Amino acid sequence: MQDPERGLSLTIARVVQRLQGSSLHSQLERQARVSLHKPEIKLESLKEDIKDFLKTSGWEKKLQNAVYSELNVFPWPCHPAAPPEHIKEPLAYMRKAQGSWEKRILKSLNSMCTELNIPLAQKRPANEQKELLNKWNEMGTDEPDLSLFRPVYAPKDFLEVLMNLRNPNYENGEQPSFRNHLGLIQVPLKVKDIPELKEDFSELGLNIGQLGIDDSAQVPPEFFENEHVRVGQKVLAEQDSAAAQQYVRQGCPTALRADLWALILNISNQPEDILYYEQLKSNVIQHNLLVDSLIYKDVKLTASNDDYYFVFEDYLYQVLLCFSRDTSVLEHFTYSSATPPKSYIQGKLGMEEYAVFYPPNGVIPFHGFSMYVAPLCFLYHEPSKLYQIFREMYVRFFFRLHSISSHPSGIVSLCLLFETLLQTHLPQLFYHLREIGAQPLRISFKWMVRAFSGYLATDQLLLLWDRILGYNSLEILAVLAAAVFAFRAVNLMEVTSLAAAEAVLADLSTLKVMPLLQIFLFATVT
Amino acid sequence: MSGAAGPGPPAGPGRSPLPCAPRPAAPLQLAGGAEPARPGVAVIDLRFPRGAAADVQEIVFRNFYTAFLSVRVQRPGPGGSRRWVTCLRDLCLMPCPHTEEGSQDYFCLHRHQMLCDVDQVTAMRFILRQPSPVWLHFTIEDLQIFPPGQKSPQKDFPSWLSQLTPPEQPASLHGELPDPEKVSTEVQQMWVLTEVIRARQAAARIGRFDVDGCYDVNLLSYT
Repeated sequence: MQDPERGLSLTIARVVQRLQGSSLHSQLERQARVSLHKPEIKLESLKEDIKDFLKTSGWEKKLQNAVYSELNVFPWPCHPAAPPEHIKEPLAYMRKAQGSWEKRILKSLNSMCTELNIPLAQKRPANEQKELLNKWNEMGTDEPDLSLFRPVYAPKDFLEVLMNLRNPNYENGEQPSFRNHLGLIQVPLKVKDIPELKEDFSELGLNIGQLGIDDSAQVPPEFFENEHVRVGQKVLAEQDSAAAQQYVRQGCPTALRADLWALILNISNQPEDILYYEQLKSNVIQHNLLVDSLIYKDVKLTASNDDYYFVFEDYLYQVLLCFSRDTSVLEHFTYSSATPPKSYIQGKLGMEEYAVFYPPNGVIPFHGFSMYVAPLCFLYHEPSKLYQIFREMYVRFFFRLHSISSHPSGIVSLCLLFETLLQTHLPQLFYHLREIGAQPLRISFKWMVRAFSGYLATDQLLLLWDRILGYNSLEILAVLAAAVFAFRAVNLMEVTSLAAAEAVLADLSTLKVMPLLQIFLFATVT
Repeated sequence: MSGAAGPGPPAGPGRSPLPCAPRPAAPLQLAGGAEPARPGVAVIDLRFPRGAAADVQEIVFRNFYTAFLSVRVQRPGPGGSRRWVTCLRDLCLMPCPHTEEGSQDYFCLHRHQMLCDVDQVTAMRFILRQPSPVWLHFTIEDLQIFPPGQKSPQKDFPSWLSQLTPPEQPASLHGELPDPEKVSTEVQQMWVLTEVIRARQAAARIGRFDVDGCYDVNLLSYT
């Protein structure tokens, strides 16, 4: 907390540092140098003329988009005295809990290694490399024996950890009192209430057109849809990230969605990006990781069994195997509460020159991880672009869904937001479910951890993810979870066990996301 | 929960805090109270050694569940006597005292944020308030006072930083833009600080993930 001018200077300094040495920086330099040949650039007003040239040729817009992207992704700077772990996670007990959770995961992975007698990583022999290269586009046809592998953890294991999270400085008395929360989450994080959510999500209001509601067959397209598509095309023509982010809050037209998301995430698929992806592919070919088997198993268990996503099985391998080798993902650990696992080259235990991160991107996949990628396959068919979009979505949003942090979009806050919304606005339902031993979070946790992927119909899921991008926040997941409970409240009031409650909420594939959200936020009598 | 345990926040290049000995936070007690109550008010007294007076430029500390902070300083008043003056009244550290927001954040108070002059200060008193009963302890930690006049060394930052041009005013600007001269000087200071931070970043980026082409890894390390 400091006065805004210092905060501004610190932000400027940080953004400049991040963009320096990036490919955009060298491109701008090159453009500026090329522009010197142009007649309109005069020596007396060199600086101003070059700036004007960059503006008219669209390069200033690209720079604006890059700056906007940095501001979106990196957290607001706290005082420079704050140590790096404070930027990752300000609360000490949460850092500790995340550390213990990570240690558990490491132990689980190590024991799997020793049981199966497989190294974590090894170089592939030459003939195997050749084979894999030939099979690269059809890795799904492979049927390796994965019966001995098991996922490192599943969402419900993670939920157990979150349930036991306690602040040692908080009065967690045994007697029920106003201090104890009635749900599963017992940490006193600040979450928004419906009036605040209404303000934040004002573009979802009843009097504002939405894709997902106002583009249905009964509504003539002249009312909203045509104009909305026209505005979308204009936004794409302008190539303005900030405008695109504002636009998608009302939903993306299907034809424009791929380009709009790429604009918001500032992905341009330059030749060097394609080259980078090819480099990752060659890394996959060269080294065999244990994590690869976990990815195979996860894809086979989840996406391959899904009616919508099984066709994309090969794409999923191509993205996830490369993702594990991508060291640029390590950058997100500066603002994530998680820490990448470390290891040493065989035989060089304890020698820092031989310390490496494992997997190279520091992310150990869990059961259901491949579902973060699957919906994107509907939008992007070129592997390198699909890869970059997924990577950017992961380092902006998805990493918060499986690490312990106090961030408002972190899974702990989302769980508490869900429980608080349900308790405040459907108290009878909440009480009833609690009484029958069916704490609502036990059912909705898996939806939120996967950002509803695999639970909603794909077109509905993409409309939901439009809003995640538009509002740069995952809070909408908790609101939707509460809205789903509100929608099925009548049936839920009649169940008498957790299993029956699960059955009522087992199938979400017929739900329409936007009407549910709108009704819950703007049309429920409080 | 008494005052600082563990290393304080790094001061930044060329800055050293004033030596002082803050006494641990003492909760306010009502006279004649039967049991030790939890009054929600605590006081930290701070004196400079050997009665020296100092000018205060910045106060830096780490919060630990304090909701509101007031600061009083003892200064020479008219006629040579010393008076207590309030220089900061009820600064909100935790916007919502029942919840975690701001509870363990770092704060920095500048002299221009104070209500009065903070020159020739002989003693300081920090009055901490935490109205919410849910917290067991509250205090502020790693308290450091910095005197003025310590210029951060100009460690090779690019010269263009000192020539920031004023931004063009777009047509409909509602708020005010900060003064570019002021921002320029601040940016220089912050640049140096961020360089220090970057040098301290724990996780070094490894471009290639292998070591000399070898990535044979057996087990994960727990440390």
